[in-house]
Formats: sequence, structure tokens, C-alpha cells
Amino acid sequence: MKHMTRKATRHVNQNEGLIFEKSSPGKAAWKLPPLDVPDVDAKQLLGDCERKDLGWMPEVSEIEIIRHFTRLSTWNYAIDLGMYPLGSCTMKYNPRVNEVVARLDGIANGHPYQPEKASQGALRIIKTLSECLIEITGMDAITLQPAAGAHGEMTGLLLVRAYQEAKGHPRKKILIPDSAHGTNPATAAMVGYAVENLKSNAQGMVDVAALAAQMNEDIAALMLTNPNTLGVFEQEIARIAEILHAKGGLLYMDGANMNALVGKVRPGDFGVDLMHLNLHKTFSTPHGGGGPGSGPVAVKQMLEPFLPTPALATKPDGTLGFDYNRPQSVGRVRAFYGNFGMFVRALAYIFANGPDGLRQTTEDAVLNANYIRKGLEGGYELPYSTPSMHEVVFSDKLQARKGVRTMDIAKRLIDYGFHPYTTAFPLIVPGALMIEPTESESKEEMDLFIEAMHSIAAEVEEDPQMVLAAPHSTRVSRLDEVAAARKPVLRWKPEPEGNTGSGPA
Amino acid sequence: MRYLPKSPADREVILKAIGARSIDDLFSPIPAQYRLQRDLKVPRQMAESEIVDWFRERSRENGDGYAIFLGAGAYYHYRPVIIDSLISRGEFLTAYTPYQAEISQGTLQSIFEFQTMICELTGMEVANASMYDGSTAATEAVMMAVRLTGRRSVVVGRSVHPEYREVLRTYASHQSMPLTTVPFVDNGRLDLKELERLVTKETACVLIQSPNFFGTVEEVATVADIAHKQGAMLVVSIAEAVSLGIVEPPRQADIIAMEAQSFGVPLGFGGPYCGVIATREQSVRQMPGRLVGQTVDRNGKRGFVLTLATREQHIRREKATSNICTNQALVALMVNIFMTIYGKVGLRELARQNLAKTAYAGQQFGKHARVLFSGAPRFNEFVVETSEDPYAIHGRLLGHKIIAGLPLKKFYPELGNAALWCCTELTTRTAIDTAVGLVAESERSVKSAKEADVEEVTR
Repeated sequence: MKHMTRKATRHVNQNEGLIFEKSSPGKAAWKLPPLDVPDVDAKQLLGDCERKDLGWMPEVSEIEIIRHFTRLSTWNYAIDLGMYPLGSCTMKYNPRVNEVVARLDGIANGHPYQPEKASQGALRIIKTLSECLIEITGMDAITLQPAAGAHGEMTGLLLVRAYQEAKGHPRKKILIPDSAHGTNPATAAMVGYAVENLKSNAQGMVDVAALAAQMNEDIAALMLTNPNTLGVFEQEIARIAEILHAKGGLLYMDGANMNALVGKVRPGDFGVDLMHLNLHKTFSTPHGGGGPGSGPVAVKQMLEPFLPTPALATKPDGTLGFDYNRPQSVGRVRAFYGNFGMFVRALAYIFANGPDGLRQTTEDAVLNANYIRKGLEGGYELPYSTPSMHEVVFSDKLQARKGVRTMDIAKRLIDYGFHPYTTAFPLIVPGALMIEPTESESKEEMDLFIEAMHSIAAEVEEDPQMVLAAPHSTRVSRLDEVAAARKPVLRWKPEPEGNTGSGPA
Repeated sequence: MRYLPKSPADREVILKAIGARSIDDLFSPIPAQYRLQRDLKVPRQMAESEIVDWFRERSRENGDGYAIFLGAGAYYHYRPVIIDSLISRGEFLTAYTPYQAEISQGTLQSIFEFQTMICELTGMEVANASMYDGSTAATEAVMMAVRLTGRRSVVVGRSVHPEYREVLRTYASHQSMPLTTVPFVDNGRLDLKELERLVTKETACVLIQSPNFFGTVEEVATVADIAHKQGAMLVVSIAEAVSLGIVEPPRQADIIAMEAQSFGVPLGFGGPYCGVIATREQSVRQMPGRLVGQTVDRNGKRGFVLTLATREQHIRREKATSNICTNQALVALMVNIFMTIYGKVGLRELARQNLAKTAYAGQQFGKHARVLFSGAPRFNEFVVETSEDPYAIHGRLLGHKIIAGLPLKKFYPELGNAALWCCTELTTRTAIDTAVGLVAESERSVKSAKEADVEEVTR
């Protein structure tokens, strides 16, 4: 290949089968202590409910498990390996001290139903984080119960509905811009609202005139991502809030892109009535290959009575506890109190930053996105020239002339040692390349990225076929997704003959 | 700030390259009146050592080192150390959802193994990559049954975890899904006669939990017959995954919604946990959540991808099966490693130890107080009725570094002074004997106090 990459070289990739293919009877990775109570006859205790056999569950030793998962891990890309510029995903550094404090005994082993008297530590963590997030968002109250961003959206729309109901009628529709994440409309449907699309204007922002014309008493709320998925701050935000409020609608902010705002501006100050945060984006809790997340919802005072039960409360004696007596509450959205382990990590992140660090973080995130924008201009088409905040969206228009699309460029980027950007989103940009570097990238790493992108642009001109066949350096080449969906194989099954697994007895 | 990889000089160079005079230029799209001109009122920047100290202090205030008899949807089991060794690898910890399959095969293959083992343990044909937790899994399983049957009413067992039922109520409230509740009878199992009466041709599904909230194993086959006879589905929630090692799984169910926390996930004051939905192949297209499938690459090599995405929000938007996006992948990996460690034989032995500890504790408590619902098989939980208020017992045992069973009156006022106790392989005989002794002490004194009251009244 002509263009050699400065960042990545091929490395040894072990072959590793499925764990079931290593199993054989008699191997074990467990050892229980001797029973200190009389043994029992399961048949006698359980009768017909006794299970006789565990099917094809594996039998392997500890070293095999260590090697199995370690080998698998080497087939993953990760933030720890390099830049992960997924737009709107905020793939920032996940601090290790967060992992240490989340594993302290009293924190990791606290039972959700242990008496409040013996839970003051956990409750103090919840309270401190709540106060920090309320201050950061400029809101008045918060629930930490939702387990992820989409779950937070659902909680938010339940609050909208409860509020509108209390005002007289729940209304029928939620307005959602065409640039929105797919969870927004899916959430509206789950809460029984119809979705009405709101068009963006030529700058990629909400068309305020269109909004004014569309807004009426059937609309319960507008769900707005700000900065939006183009990385553009909605400059008319005050006017947007005004239009909604004038007709009794609420302004819901999807906080997916809060990394552009922390310490610089507070949604509560610019007219937002309620919003969710993604602790796994802005507040550095690890993505872990797709979760756990955490999606707190912060609200203005008038929505506080509707927040999920239970709510944190300070008792007359100064100790902390939960208040279950909330007659106007929307109810529970999850058992217990939310993804507590993520609260611990997010709070540790806030402590490590302090007010100055949080502000610097936001500034660096915006600085980085603009550096990449500057670096790629010319090589890739920029569909909206509106100023970028923490992310920038290019399109594949120049490369599409050679038949190379955003996904192909993304796959080629893998060969250069980078995780791809977000492809084909937002939907309002055909062939979008959505890039969010976050604050965690050094100038050197970004220079390598810019160089890689230009190199790919050159390759598209010289040898588009090579780009279309990328990636070339990975353990597997492009996988047949159509076949996977047409005839789904969703679990391992033993070979009819000659298998090495341990079969049902 | 120690997480930020730029020197002041780097920032200057970048600003110059962009053509901005100052960082404030970059924030000029934000209307000036909203730009924050002060520091956020959050604690000052702390050193790593200070952060560790602060949380250590909180840890000490949180029941650290207590013997625990609580279950009720969150179970204290041993977590083999290699779980944390492996999930701490940055390649698992700091990876995103595996959309880019070529550089995510580690996550994808491990989810495929997870799906396989969940199928083996539940007796179902397909399982998804995870849901938020047991409560939302049960709720989404019910909504799935509503879509599959085209019916809307749901019959829910009162022995299902009360908080799971609350979550279902929240979700159902705006879906026009009427919910009715079936009571339980003296042995802690559902009232089958009442169930038969409540299930009709309008019923989309029956939701039960087994072992149920009281630890009692439900009569799943009979419940399934009652549901199926009316064309309704059976959704079974399993909150204590370790039970699957020795209790026959609810194979007659159409959908199983699990909480897999017991499999290597720390109690963590209630989360993050790991919900899972498993079902039959024919129902897979109505399943919420991510699914991993096996396929081949251009050279015919085996590989794994996220599949059947046309069910999901990023493709279908408001027509998706659910709005779920981020799920519990890293927690599912803990569960996967736990299942791999214990495997075919270990999981049964582990479950047997739970059964034995519970049988012993039940017998010991039975000598001094009434153990309710003893007429049906149970796994590792049991209900003890005392004369003394269970909250008082809680307070008293706390002084001995023991966290007693969960008082039930909050959820089931009719059960009065009953509490739900739980034993796992980690509950020692010494702890059981001590707890029984302390409960017995008050039972004797309450009894004599009551007798004194009676005497007073008669006098």
C-alpha cells in the first residue's frame, strides 16, 4: 500500500474459538468452601421443580478463561488505544481512579434495601452528585433513576405528560427536529405521543419561523439536542423557548452534547425546562462496549412534584433518606435507585476536575473539534459552515464521485489505527461523517488523524477499489451483515457429530 | 487538569491554526447573556488521593463489613476475582457499542457466548445482549407480548417483585394496557382459581416471577396452561439467576425476563445490573434490545455482527420495538465470565449450597418464629413472621453488625410483622445462628410482655 500509516502496524492476532469449543467434562474454574450446614437432598426439597441438567454450559479451567477473554479483548478497539471520534458519543478518557473508588467494599457491596441508617455513605454520594449536576445544568431538581440516555428521555416525557395533564390536558404531540437521534421519536412513541417533524434551516438550526407556525396547543414539548447533532449551538434558543412557552409547551433538552457546554453555559439559564444527561458521555463513565449508562433528568421547579419515586430527602435529624410519599410522581422507571455505580464514577470525575477543570475540559473539546474542522476542510466537503462547537459534520460528497461512501472511508480509517467517526448520521446530511474528538486528544493524535483522513482522500482518487475493500489490517474483513440478518444464527449449537463439548447427560 | 493532554503552548498553536484570537471566540455562537461569567459551584479540584479518601469515608458509612440477610431482587454472592481482572482490560472497558464489527470482535463474540449460555440456562431459543435490569426487562417483555398477540390486557402476579410491578405500571400507563393483579394463597404461590377467572381472550400475557418475591417456586406449567388456553402468553421474570442451577427453568414460558445480577455483578446499592430477555425463535423480530449474530467475512472466516437492527430505534425511529440504545454490555460481560467460571457443574453446586443454607436457616428460625409459605418449594429466600416489629429487629441486629431480613409491610401490609430473609453461599452458619438467637431473644420477651398485657387486661 502506497500510503503507510504512522500510527498503526499489523500485530499478531491469535485465533480463538468459542468457549464451548474448549469445554470438556471434569475441567473446572471454581471451588466452593465446604458446607458448614447439613447438606440437603434437592429432590426432597424441590420435588418436580428440581433441575436435572444444565445443557451445554461450558467446563473450562481458569487459565483458559483468562486467555480466552484476553485474546478476545485484543480484537477490540478502545479509547485506551487511541482516538475514538464517534460524533455525539463523547468517547473521552475513562479515569481509573473512578474504577477504584467504585470497588471500595461499602460502595460495591451496599444492598439497596439496607436500612437508611447504614446507607448514609451511598446517600451522601447521591446527594453530592445531584447538587453538582443541578448546578452544572442550572436546573432546580433532579432524578438519577434512569439507567441510560434513552431511559432518561422516557422519564422526561413522562414528566412532560404529567405536567400537561395537571394543567388540564396531556396534549398529543412532541416536536422533534429532523436532525435528532433515533431514540427521541422512539421515546415519544413509548410515552404515547405522536411525533411531528421539525425542519432545519439552511444553517442546520431550528427554523424559528417554521416552529412558530407549527406550534399549537396540541404540542406538549419540543425535544431539542443543543448543540444539535451537527455540533451547532441553537443561537435562537431564547426565541425557541419563548415560542414554546407562549403556547404552554415545554422545552426538553437532550443533553447528549453537554460536553460542549459544561462550565460555559447552563441550559437552565437559556430557557430549558427539563433535560437528561448521559453520565457515560459527559461525565466519563466507561462505555464498556455498550453500557452501563446512566441518564439523570434535571428539571425546573414546576416539574419537581412529578419526578420518579423515591426521591432523596434530608430528614429532620439531618440524616439522608428516601421519600416515597410523592402523590404526583410519574412512578418508578426502574427498580431501586438507578445505576449507582455510575454515580460514583461521575462524581469522582467532577472532583478530579473542579470548576476550573470542567471549564477547561469543555474549552478543549471545542478547540479540538475546530482544529479537526480546519484540518479537514478542503479534503472533505463541509455541508454547513455554521460555527462548530464540540463536533463537526462533513459529507462524503467529494468521495462519492468515485463511488466511495462515508462507511468505506470509515472502514479505511481502521487501517490507520483509528476508530471510525459516526457514519451516515445525522440524517439531514447525506453521507455524513460526524466527528467528535473530545478533550482527551492531544495535538499529536489529532495531527495523525488529519493526516490519515487526507491520505484516504488521496487514496480515493488513486485507488478507490482499495478503499472499498477496506479494512485490510483487521482480523476479519467486512462481514456479511445481510446474511446475518436473513438467516439469523444467534447462539452456538453443538456440531451433530464429533464435537468436543460436554453434552447434556 | 491531569486528564487533559495539552500544554498551554499547544492551545495557542491550535488557536492560531484555527484562526481564532481566543478561546472565547469559539463560544461566540452562544448568546452573550447566557455565557457563564463565574466558576461553577462544585467542589474544588481534588488530588487523586483526596478523591480516594472521600469515597473511603463514604464506604465506611455504608454498612461495610456487615453480615447481610437481604435479597429481594439483589443478591450477595461471591464474585470470582478474575471477573474484575478481565473486565478492567481497557479493550473491554473503554470500547463503544460494537457497530464497527471488524474492530469489535472481542465484544461481539463474548455477547454471542452470553446469548448462548442464557439460552442454555433458561431453556429458550434466543436471548438478547442485555436490558437495563430485571424490572425494565420484565416490563419490555410484557410490551413485547402485547405486540405479538395484538391484545392489550395484562394479568400480573402479586408475588412479582413489587418494584418491578411499579415499573410496569409506569410504562403501561400511557400504552392503554389494563393491568389486573392475581393474589397469592397460603403457600405463597399464585391463586390459580383466581388466575383462571382473570385470564380471558383479551389477555395479552400473564406475568409471574419464579422463584417469586417470597422465594417460592411457582407452578409454572399450570400457569402456562391457563394462559395458553386463552391464547395469552406467559412471561416469567427470574430475579435470582443462581436458582437456575438447581430449579427447573420455566420452559413453558413464551418470554423469560431475567435479572442476572446474581451472576458476578456487585450489589452496588442497586445498580448497574443486567436485565436479559429470552424467547422463542418465532418471536425474535418483536424483541427489544441488541442481538449479536454469527456470519462470515469476505474470506469465509467466522465473525460476529449486531443483527436484526431493523427492530431498533436508530433505524425505525418511532416504529422501533423499544427506545433502548445503550444497554448493560460491561455488566453482561461480568455475567458471561461468571457463567463460564461456574459452568455446567459449578452452577449446580453453587445453587445447592444456597438451598442448604436456606433450608438450615428456615429450620432454625422456625423454632422461634413462624416461617410462612412453607407448603411449597423455595430457593434461597423465606418469610419469617415475628411478634416483634421487623423494623425494630432491624435496628437491634444492626448493633450486632447484622442486616436483618426485609420488612414486608411496606409492600404487603396484610403480612404484618413478616420479613423476607435471604441466605446465599456467603451466609455463614455462625451468622445464621447469631441472627436466629437475637430474633429468638425478643420473641421470648415480646411473648412474655404480651402475656403480661393479657394478665393486666384480665385483672
